[in-house]
Amino acid sequence: MATKLPPVDVVLVGFGWTASILGQELTDAGLQVLALERGSFRDTVPDFATTQIQDELRYAVRNELFEEPERETLTFRNSADQTALPMRHLGSFKPAAGAGGAGVHWNGQNWRFLPTDFMMRSHTEQRYGKRFIPEDMTIQDWGVTYDELEPFYDRFEYLCGISGQAGNLNGAIHDGGNPFEGPRKRAFPLPPLARSYGTVLFDKAAKEAGYKPFPCPAANTSKPYKNIYGVQMGECTYCGFCEWFGCGNYSKSSPQTTVFPVLLEKDNFELRTHMSVTKVLLDSSGKRATGVIYVDPQGREFEQPADLVILTAFAQHNVHLLLLSGIGKPYDPTSGQGVVGRNYAYQITSSVDVFLNEIVNPFMGAGALGQAIDEFNGDNFDHGPQKFVGGGYIALWTTGGRPILQHHLPKDAPKWGSGWKKAMADNYLRTVSIATHGSVMSYRDAYLDLDPTYRDEYGNPLLRLTFDFHDNEHRMSDFLTDKAAGIAKAMKARDIHVKQRKGHYTIVPYQTTHNTGGAIMGTDPRTSVVNRYLQSWDVPNLFVVGSCAFPQNAGYNPTGTVGALAYWAANAIRTQYLKKQGPLVSA
Amino acid sequence: MNARRLRVSAIAAAVAATGLLAAAPALVARESSHGSIERGRYLVYAGDCAACHTDERGQLFAGGRPIPTPFGTIYSTNITPDPETGIGNWTSDDFYRAMHEGVAPGDRRLYPAFPYPWYTKLTRADVDDIRAYLSTLPAVKQANKPSELPWPFSMREVMAGWNALYFKQGTFKPNPQKSAEWNLGAYLVEGAGHCGSCHSPKNFAGAPKRDKAFQGGYGEHWYATSLGGDLHDGLGQWSVDDIVRYLKTGANARAAAFGPMAEVVHDSTQHLDADDLHAIAVYLKDLPPHETGTRSASANNGNNVDHDRLARGRGVYVDDCAGCHMDNGEGIPGVFPPLKGNSVVQAQDPETVVHIVLSGEKTAVTRENPTGLAMPAFDWKLDDQAIADLVTYLRNDWGNHGAPVDRDKVASTRSTIVAARTR
Repeated sequence: MATKLPPVDVVLVGFGWTASILGQELTDAGLQVLALERGSFRDTVPDFATTQIQDELRYAVRNELFEEPERETLTFRNSADQTALPMRHLGSFKPAAGAGGAGVHWNGQNWRFLPTDFMMRSHTEQRYGKRFIPEDMTIQDWGVTYDELEPFYDRFEYLCGISGQAGNLNGAIHDGGNPFEGPRKRAFPLPPLARSYGTVLFDKAAKEAGYKPFPCPAANTSKPYKNIYGVQMGECTYCGFCEWFGCGNYSKSSPQTTVFPVLLEKDNFELRTHMSVTKVLLDSSGKRATGVIYVDPQGREFEQPADLVILTAFAQHNVHLLLLSGIGKPYDPTSGQGVVGRNYAYQITSSVDVFLNEIVNPFMGAGALGQAIDEFNGDNFDHGPQKFVGGGYIALWTTGGRPILQHHLPKDAPKWGSGWKKAMADNYLRTVSIATHGSVMSYRDAYLDLDPTYRDEYGNPLLRLTFDFHDNEHRMSDFLTDKAAGIAKAMKARDIHVKQRKGHYTIVPYQTTHNTGGAIMGTDPRTSVVNRYLQSWDVPNLFVVGSCAFPQNAGYNPTGTVGALAYWAANAIRTQYLKKQGPLVSA
Repeated sequence: MNARRLRVSAIAAAVAATGLLAAAPALVARESSHGSIERGRYLVYAGDCAACHTDERGQLFAGGRPIPTPFGTIYSTNITPDPETGIGNWTSDDFYRAMHEGVAPGDRRLYPAFPYPWYTKLTRADVDDIRAYLSTLPAVKQANKPSELPWPFSMREVMAGWNALYFKQGTFKPNPQKSAEWNLGAYLVEGAGHCGSCHSPKNFAGAPKRDKAFQGGYGEHWYATSLGGDLHDGLGQWSVDDIVRYLKTGANARAAAFGPMAEVVHDSTQHLDADDLHAIAVYLKDLPPHETGTRSASANNGNNVDHDRLARGRGVYVDDCAGCHMDNGEGIPGVFPPLKGNSVVQAQDPETVVHIVLSGEKTAVTRENPTGLAMPAFDWKLDDQAIADLVTYLRNDWGNHGAPVDRDKVASTRSTIVAARTR
């Protein structure tokens, strides 16, 4: 029997990027906000202390900052005719556990999606005709436009102190930035990071090939920065330990370095860690959330009443909680009816390793230190002849040169022994890798539901993921990989190794933690879980925030858009919902 | 806002009689009790009363915070208006006597961990205002904890002798040779601010050495630097504006407050008006340097320090410190403090710099500077010799001056910090 606790105005489930933003904005509006986090509290000091955090074995190999599959996992299969099995080790994606969420261990690659990305179906149909979209591809428009999100992209970038070079300021194209980006109202808060030699070589080769390379927008600070809440950040030292690590000197944007110092001091904010939310409670009408149930480390259940419930956990955890709580109609792939779990999507990546004669010092890096081209992203090029939907960026990142996981060897190098050592010695300082970062469309047979067999430590069914790459994605990714190989050759390489993404999706090797969909936003309750403000169609005092709202995935890293959507939803709650509680969009 | 400002009452009370400020505003803001309470609240900030009289996670002003002294631990008392356990039954004469003479009702002598040797300088009007404000606090019923002092200090009568030897009772007397602003600063620093309780050296009986006022002293396992005009370990290189900025925001281009001073800035000085902080700075900038002649002879830019030690210390610095404090020791302005020219690094006694390398510390959190950037601890990876070499190096590069630090000093600081943590 759950112990009933005193009510709060707002309960946030999970305490990463989106919860930090909503917590800060809604406490500013005077609300009493409680965040429930399943992991522990973590902060720059002592948890990510410099000279302690640069430990590849502990954090990158042994996964210290991530979700523990022995406590929480999902089951996986490629298609509905297979039996899904539980993931017992982290694989192709690595969600976090603990305060700050994946905002602690990301690289800081912070993008805006293209204006056309938000109108994926209508734009594609308009330009290429309805029959261009395969029948089983369930892409749709977001219900929000780039122009509407622009002020909130801006706010997230000025929260983080993004380093970058504007390519489109109010419609005017500027040399050196991304000429394909949507118009931005003002420049980035900080100038681009210092270049690595690898990115200089990429830049030269890409220009020679006729492309317009630009510095990737980075949540690694190129200069000291004081953000919109008055929080002070340091300056990146290019230590090369971003992804899988917390930042030791306050120069990677994270909830800890941008929001915590002000939010955690507030009297109307409370964080409870080590609390796992297992259910959103509804009243007898089923149309109003009354709070949540959570379990503490001793296994005791608590009922936390709240006027407003906001799911701010990682994408698939939000979907899992909706399914466990019986909110919204679960998606049925056979009939195509139902919405919760529908349109799961991911990212398709490939790379080309480039072996050079010159020394490039890969260890001087930063998570988002890169140079990219965007000619083949979104609908920046004519898809007509290619006969696929989607695209991606091609970039050379210098994220670091860690010894265990960040070295590249030629195809024919020995896999062990003195030959391997010699190959390492010959290549470590002379290798770069060009990455492609491709979109994944949504399909009728890619979805999330509850597993019929496996249960978690609380006795609840695990989430089941059914997903595979489709032909459209492979053709798109191969197209990008060919273009990347062309740039690699132009870099005067002594050897290149083209690594296409082949065959079925496998959940074992790490690819990206860019899982999307399952609780998507839209304009029609028959095809979306939340409306354009991320408000549940079924339960108006429930909002679901995160990349689970993406109707399909774009050819960019998702965090910038997740941050913008969090500010967009916070703004809708502050300016509309608090004045008149109820549906913000009539169904 | 006028009622909040100390300027009016302090200058008027301290200076009006002497005629220093012919054009000084008349004593205003006494016509309403609200003005009196507000000024009392402001003086409670200036006196940093909450810092000691509130325990960690305890109720405001209900006391119970352990105060370590060289003689044993004592506990701060409940100063809420609760009649039984607080000071609700005290008369205003009782309260003034405690502040002015260090004697509580029933002739109970107070220990000078309660800074009556400084509060004695407050005017009767200001003390009455403080009491007026404290009377408005919610009463908290919380009994005071007995002190843990060994005999003979456990006998409060002993303090009569201490007072006879070291305590000089008396309200602040302005110096007619100095400006009104200087006098206001002196009143704040020597009175409510009780800066000397940490920043002055103390004798064997724990009394500040009056002839060496503000030349640096110990407090709670930290060495509080000199506030004198010394170029290396004092405020000699700081401008008036540097001091104001430090006290208001917790940091300036030269330093960031941490340890006990971070608490002082957070609880006290950030709440003071710019004019009052400016007066404090003007007064502090007029304090003389100390022992300049002997210092430059004893530590001349590392020439008498073993070069191997300096090289070893620099190695530790490059590996563990330069990422934030930069290779040139200049830090990043507004973010990570410089070690070059840093008065804490060059302090006569290296206790604080050794302490912070061992334990790490969070910098002051203020309204203008909410971040609380922190330095991590290095006790888990650097041994006593490595820290001694590192600190010796810090004290002797980039134009810094400071005597070498030996391993035993680090070992001793390490043990006091561990003791404090497990207390």
